[in-house]
Amino acid sequence: MDTDTARIDELISREYAHGFVTDIEADSVPPGLSEDVIRLISAKKNEPPFMLEWRLDAYRHWLTMREPDWSSIGHPPIDYQDIVYYSAPKAKKEGPKSLDEVDPELLRVYEKLGVPLKEREALAGVAVDAVFDSVSVGTTFKTRLAELGIIFCSFSEAVQEHPELVRQYLGSVVPRGDNFFAALNSAVFTDGSFCYIPKGVRCPMELSTYFRINAKDSGQFERTLIIADEGAYVSYLEGCTAPMRDENQLHAAVVELVALECAHIKYSTVQNWYPGDRDGKGGIYNFVTKRGDCRGAHSHIAWTQVETGSAITWKYPSCILRGDHSVGTFHSVALTNHRQQADTGTKMIHIGRDTKSTIVSKGISAGRGSNAYRGLVKVLKTAEGARNYTQCDSLLVGDRCAAHTFPYIEVRNPTAKVEHEASTSRIGEEQLFYCRQRGLSAEDAVSMIVSGFCKEVFKELPMEFAVEAQKLLGVSLEGSVG
Amino acid sequence: MSAVVRERPADRAGREALERALAAWPAAAAQLPGARGTFVAKLREEALARFCASGFPTARDEDWKYTDLAALAARSFLRVPDDVQAATTEPLPHHALFDDLGGHRLAFVDGRHAPELSSIGPMPDGVRIESLAAALARDPAALETWLADTRGHSAMAALNTAFLADGALVIIPAGVEVAEPIHLVFLAATAATIQPRNLIIAGERSKCTVVEHYAGSAPAFTNALTQLFLAGGAETEYCKLQDEGERALHVGGLHVAQARGSRFGMHSVSVGAALARHDLTAVFDGEGCTAAIDGLYLAGGRQHVDHHTRIDHAQPRGTSREHFRGILDGRSRGVFNGRVVVHPGAQQSDAWLTSRNLLLSADAEADTKPQLEIYADDVKCAHGATVGQLDENELFYLRARGFDAAAARSLLTWAFARSALEGIRLTPLRAHLERACLGRLPQALPLAELM
Repeated sequence: MDTDTARIDELISREYAHGFVTDIEADSVPPGLSEDVIRLISAKKNEPPFMLEWRLDAYRHWLTMREPDWSSIGHPPIDYQDIVYYSAPKAKKEGPKSLDEVDPELLRVYEKLGVPLKEREALAGVAVDAVFDSVSVGTTFKTRLAELGIIFCSFSEAVQEHPELVRQYLGSVVPRGDNFFAALNSAVFTDGSFCYIPKGVRCPMELSTYFRINAKDSGQFERTLIIADEGAYVSYLEGCTAPMRDENQLHAAVVELVALECAHIKYSTVQNWYPGDRDGKGGIYNFVTKRGDCRGAHSHIAWTQVETGSAITWKYPSCILRGDHSVGTFHSVALTNHRQQADTGTKMIHIGRDTKSTIVSKGISAGRGSNAYRGLVKVLKTAEGARNYTQCDSLLVGDRCAAHTFPYIEVRNPTAKVEHEASTSRIGEEQLFYCRQRGLSAEDAVSMIVSGFCKEVFKELPMEFAVEAQKLLGVSLEGSVG
Repeated sequence: MSAVVRERPADRAGREALERALAAWPAAAAQLPGARGTFVAKLREEALARFCASGFPTARDEDWKYTDLAALAARSFLRVPDDVQAATTEPLPHHALFDDLGGHRLAFVDGRHAPELSSIGPMPDGVRIESLAAALARDPAALETWLADTRGHSAMAALNTAFLADGALVIIPAGVEVAEPIHLVFLAATAATIQPRNLIIAGERSKCTVVEHYAGSAPAFTNALTQLFLAGGAETEYCKLQDEGERALHVGGLHVAQARGSRFGMHSVSVGAALARHDLTAVFDGEGCTAAIDGLYLAGGRQHVDHHTRIDHAQPRGTSREHFRGILDGRSRGVFNGRVVVHPGAQQSDAWLTSRNLLLSADAEADTKPQLEIYADDVKCAHGATVGQLDENELFYLRARGFDAAAARSLLTWAFARSALEGIRLTPLRAHLERACLGRLPQALPLAELM
């Protein structure tokens, strides 16, 4: 086992492959938060007055709120006055019209990350609305989508060009005072993605955004709003990598999904932000509010997430099952290694008749990682015949990690059927021995066992994401078993 | 950043009740056994300070998310003066004395030892079953180690300690087996605040069966606290029956500390009181401990019943089994929060936790949370929770065989409840518990005829 141990040590200490900082002159405001900063952000983005009012309301509400402390995560206090709330890559006079006009430095960053926009455009058939720091730089396939009436653009663009839609739906799922971080986001968000699928349209391609955190000390406050009108279908991919960094960075995004009658939204995330070094130094704080509203009957919202990065992940993609017969699903793989912490799960609020929800959560803890599933299944009185099935499994790798489950179940209707199952296990000596006997290395054996453990979730991911997720898990876990 | 904190009416009621409790304290403390100069006085003072710091729990405390003590706070917090005992307002429920149980009985009325209702039979040498007040008056120092162990104590436990006066004291010496059950019965006769404090110390390899039983029809507020210490290899069969009056409030804590290889078996049945809250904790201080807990709660009308349990696998090779069942009818609400913590290094822990709830009416509510916190890797932990109603197919099966709808429903409900009681070895005790449950089941009449 000695050589194994050495190899393991080497693998454990493997540096983050995507770590680098690109030096682009950023157009930033000084750190700190005040009404003036919010006015400045709003003015820089040339927003209509209702947006400024909305932001200021959120800010004033935020001032009355206290930072939540109920989760099982721990981190040094965040100084909100020490964050840069606006930073945009230096704009050319009119802004880039096509990829050719985009700062070549930026394009090289994507190249390094393996997200060549052009390649993606041509080969994968994926429209990428790439967010570099806070302003969208390139949006592809726009024309093809526009032919179908689909609006897929950056949030700032949507505010300019479709203010009526923004006004109607912004904050209708996650109100601006919803929670501490959502309120902060509402006050200072700089950009994000906006997507509207009109009635009866099936979006022909996977929509995708690559978020990147780049300028030093700039927290990212993304806002995503997706609306699927009656009978529409959309599959949305969100993927993240970030350069290496020493200071902890706050990321407080808000994602809102609205599904009208018979609409179907599939939202998939692969999150691989910088998790900090092996002592837990650095790394991203990922405090995200994600919520979907199944407003119409027979609507369906599906969340799928693979969380392998970030020093701290704290998020609960949720579904409000308002429409009769609406369906919410949540599939999650959360992996924590070294000193990473994850507190994640979902909320399924059953309001309409015969609503259904399925929760499958797989938590993997390795090293000194801490992984918590925290979920709520709430069946209101009106939810006749509601049905929920929850399964949350934890896999422990090593004896210094931690795994927790906090499933809240609240049922107010006797016709509801709610089931919850959870198990905790580790990779058994026998399993490893069996695989090694058949010529597999310990690494491959672990990787195989973990893949099997997560299979149910991976099969929910779109093809290209599933491959990426498998690879990520492999890299993150290799060497954590000995 | 300034925080704007608005006081809710419920919180205000809680604060006012707290002020009343504090006003009552100096006078009450002066009369309590061991009032001056002993560790008990110090313990009370410290507990009071702890309670003052936290106040009455509110819905904003995570552990009290679903249970509002506002109703409780509205009550008076004055202790029963001794002369009130004579002026008993409600008849004593003599059936609650379980005469056919045999063994030893220690009875309390409104929290005070009632020798006339107690009956202690012949016991092996060294066994003590007596009133805590008497023991404290005689030799308080002997109990210091035990009473001062406040692990797992909530704010309500601190309140109990602040007014610590009387309760049951059971001491079983090492190697001794007490074959007959020890029945501790607490009767509420007046609308008083009753805070019994019980201490049970089971010596090494000892064996005993203890029944902790609350009954009475008075609208009393009971805030009980029981500490149970199991030395190495001790075996205790424990049973708690909460059968208080329909307007009563019951807050009961049971804290178990287990040494190496000890075994704790428990059956908990909660059927009474308008609001009942049970806090149950077990800590495995030694290797190879076992705890097996079966719980059953029945609620109807506007009853509210809340169980919070916590099992700490602090040492390796511990086994815990926890199965709770709830039957909720009318506009009742059942809350269950089961927490299992496997500490670092507690390898080969084996924990299993289930919570099953049956909703019988459209207005009943079940809130359940089986919670695992694991800090070791070589463990087997599983939990499950279900909430549902009676199975249509099973109902149809019975109806097809000539049962009317009501009988079929109550038979299936009873079957669901009964499996929580099956493990009770002592037949007369099981019969008592079954009767207590049957009496609370909806449509119990056809069922009684069937049986």
